[in-house]
Amino acid sequence: MAKGEVKLLGSWPSPYVMRARIALNLKSVEYEFLEEKLGVKSELLLKSNPVHKKIPVLLHHSKPICESLVIVQYIDEVWSSGPAILPSDPYDRAVARFWASYVDEKFFPALRALPMAQGKEAMEAAMHPVKEGLALLEDAYANHSKGGPFFGGGQISYLDVAFGCFLGVIRVSEKVTGVALINEHTTPGLAGWAEEFCAHPAVEDVMPDTDKLTEFINRIIKMKSQSPN
Amino acid sequence: MAEEEVKLHGAWGSPFSKRVEFALKLKGIHYHYIEEEVLTKNKSPELLKYNPVHKKIPVLLHKGRPIAESQVILEYIDETWKGYPILPQEPYERATARFWARFIDEKCWPSVWSSFSEGKKEEAIENLKLLEKELEGKKFFGGEKIGFVDIVANFIAYWVPLIEEATGKQLLGEEFPALCRWKDEYVSSAVIKEHLPSRDKLVAHFRARFPSN
Repeated sequence: MAKGEVKLLGSWPSPYVMRARIALNLKSVEYEFLEEKLGVKSELLLKSNPVHKKIPVLLHHSKPICESLVIVQYIDEVWSSGPAILPSDPYDRAVARFWASYVDEKFFPALRALPMAQGKEAMEAAMHPVKEGLALLEDAYANHSKGGPFFGGGQISYLDVAFGCFLGVIRVSEKVTGVALINEHTTPGLAGWAEEFCAHPAVEDVMPDTDKLTEFINRIIKMKSQSPN
Repeated sequence: MAEEEVKLHGAWGSPFSKRVEFALKLKGIHYHYIEEEVLTKNKSPELLKYNPVHKKIPVLLHKGRPIAESQVILEYIDETWKGYPILPQEPYERATARFWARFIDEKCWPSVWSSFSEGKKEEAIENLKLLEKELEGKKFFGGEKIGFVDIVANFIAYWVPLIEEATGKQLLGEEFPALCRWKDEYVSSAVIKEHLPSRDKLVAHFRARFPSN
């Protein structure tokens, strides 16, 4: 149910944009998706997010909200009649926010470096913090999912959205390195979780296809290696 | 709430630790404070147990359960104890507050630190200009009263001027009239002024931390 005009500035490969889309889908909010072209920032984006000039930007009644996790919380608070994204208990909310913060500050920077690593040694070095991070997240899943299948328990919730959006990049990394980062042996909890998450109706249409995303990431790597800086 | 139910592992000079103390004081919550020797890297077994991921202060313990990361702790405090509201009530204002709080920690803090440790001022100035614009016309980022963004921006109000004094390098110049006025209001406001860390101790610490060249 749309509460007034809702638009989302984003692009299909971006995990951060995916967070906002999943949140809107969970709340059954109708929105217009404005796809930004690679390498070109639209005037609307520059005007709506002058500080960072980055997607995603949610426009609600033309008012911009920036930063993906800020957007997810905003969606949760405005469309309060839909299923809750953040847990109701303050301690559970704190745990979810802590791990979402960990994913953004430590895990994703390590993950992002992985497909860029050239050569066996560099790849092994890049793999180490990613595997460490996944081990911590496996523990967090075991400690907080209350039987699962999601981090939020029976329902998909904030941390599922915050971390699950990176499954596309994780899969690309697995393809490029030939290493199953999430697997039944080292991360059994996450292995089951990943399948459930990607199959969820709010996620399945916005999770990019692995081949398409691999091609996109390769294009980015090529662009970066060709640019002067 | 009994005092022993709320504990804070902090460090006397840390702005992150003080954020949590300011919030607890503004809400009138009694707590037991445990000083961690972060400078000597002599972390207590409790700290390592309660924050195994980052091994850092502040960590708040409530009913035996640990919460880490200062902004996460601030939101927890605001949601658990009523009374003085830290975050605004209205969703768009809350989103705006969270946006600026993130900006402060992700962009401002590292750039301000670099400006003193490496002499690279440009990025810090750009970031402070954005905060200056956000603050224009307001007493505090939170409006009439100190709020979430003010608490998170505490290092700009009190720590930065002391680093300036210790190093002789200025960052908050006259091109920041709103921030300069704000920082004076902030450090002299009722609850905050009673819980600031020792001025002399901090200046001495920063003199050693940023030796002049």
